[in-house]
Amino acid sequence: MIGLYEPGHSWLHRLGTGWKFLALMLITTALSLTGSLYGQGAWLLFALALYPLAGLSLKHAWRTWLGLLPFFVVIIAVQWATASWQAGVWIASLMYIAVLIAGLLTLTTQVSAMLALFERLLLPLARFGVNPWKVSLVLALTIRCIPTVSRAVSISRDAWKARGLGRPSFRIITPVLVRLIRDSEAIGDAIAARGLERDPALDTPHETPLHTQEQSA
Amino acid sequence: MISIRNLNHRFGDWPVLHDINLELKEHRIALIGTNGSGKSTLARTLNGLLIPDQGEVLVDGVDVRRQPVEARRRVGFMFSDADSQIIMPTVAEDVGLGLRRFKYDKQRQREEVSRVLQRYGLERHAEHSAHLLSGGQKQMLALASVLVTQPKILICDEPTTLLDLHNVELFVETIRGLEQQVILLTHQLEIIEDFDRAIIIDQGRVWFDGAPLDAIARYKQLIRERRLKTSPVPREVAL
Repeated sequence: MIGLYEPGHSWLHRLGTGWKFLALMLITTALSLTGSLYGQGAWLLFALALYPLAGLSLKHAWRTWLGLLPFFVVIIAVQWATASWQAGVWIASLMYIAVLIAGLLTLTTQVSAMLALFERLLLPLARFGVNPWKVSLVLALTIRCIPTVSRAVSISRDAWKARGLGRPSFRIITPVLVRLIRDSEAIGDAIAARGLERDPALDTPHETPLHTQEQSA
Repeated sequence: MISIRNLNHRFGDWPVLHDINLELKEHRIALIGTNGSGKSTLARTLNGLLIPDQGEVLVDGVDVRRQPVEARRRVGFMFSDADSQIIMPTVAEDVGLGLRRFKYDKQRQREEVSRVLQRYGLERHAEHSAHLLSGGQKQMLALASVLVTQPKILICDEPTTLLDLHNVELFVETIRGLEQQVILLTHQLEIIEDFDRAIIIDQGRVWFDGAPLDAIARYKQLIRERRLKTSPVPREVAL
């Protein structure tokens, strides 16, 4: 989700996150109840049509297709062997349409908006000891760790190549893990340094923000 | 103001801070010293990232050991690697996270984020992925994300280490204009010349405390003397 959000001002961007989630659940439920391949074809056209209607390029749908292609091949092959090829196509298309619809949500919704929704949804669980702020912070950090892992692998791979050792082997796993542990310590320090280890909204600000003072002055 | 009294700390058997006693009240203070001198460890004790073995640190009277969260609210901290400070995916979201404690409504939150991004020259990048910014922009984002929480004191631990000259100057210019008390740890001596006070930390002790120009001269002398004491590496080995 690091780079998935596409800035925009379409009706789908403006639609509330809760409504989008509800629509996603209803559509995927209806999709799974559609038995015929023709029905699925109609859903596919509907999902694809939503992309340009939301101001999004169809290249996202194409990338999704390419990303899922290996899974489709395996699913169709297994279903053909055990049931029928039609069953394989039905499952694969169900999967593709569901991911397309879910993609619309992530492409038009900022992570902070999704985290705010999770927090609201988890609020009733607070009485049972669930801390909605911590859950959403963990979700944010999970998303945030994707570039961290990618960077750690990239640096270790480059260091390996720079020493003329040829193609990086499994031996870069150790430096990658060491780097990740060090990075996670740094991220932990940054969270503590920004006062985010507990929900900042629970604290009363001790004074008016300085830039607000500047403005009023 | 930060008061440090009888501060001692060890990493295992290795003593890193010895009997540090300081009253930090000037507007801009520089902490300089060699790698491993203990200056970063000292800085980390000032906002409770590290609780010292002995001694106390008081931030405006708040004991960092007893109330670390409250101390951190008052003391913002910037690290040299800006990447590790970014938490949210986009620039605006990362700044917005710091505004959470002010409980603004959505409209006000947007306005505040926009104002802060404009102030730090990041308004064009509001919706961009924070991890794809340049090094200088990431450091400005890290600064904005810390300052938006309204700390009274800002500690910067070698924030210019990974920056080019243009971004170093931009960063220095920015911290010069801050109302907050700034404590800067750096190896770039030229940027602290106009500071109010400079402290040299050496082998875990306060080795010099005074005017920045004097501190720079003493520090250079210390390095020269130390280099003379170290036997030079034989040329054939160095090659």
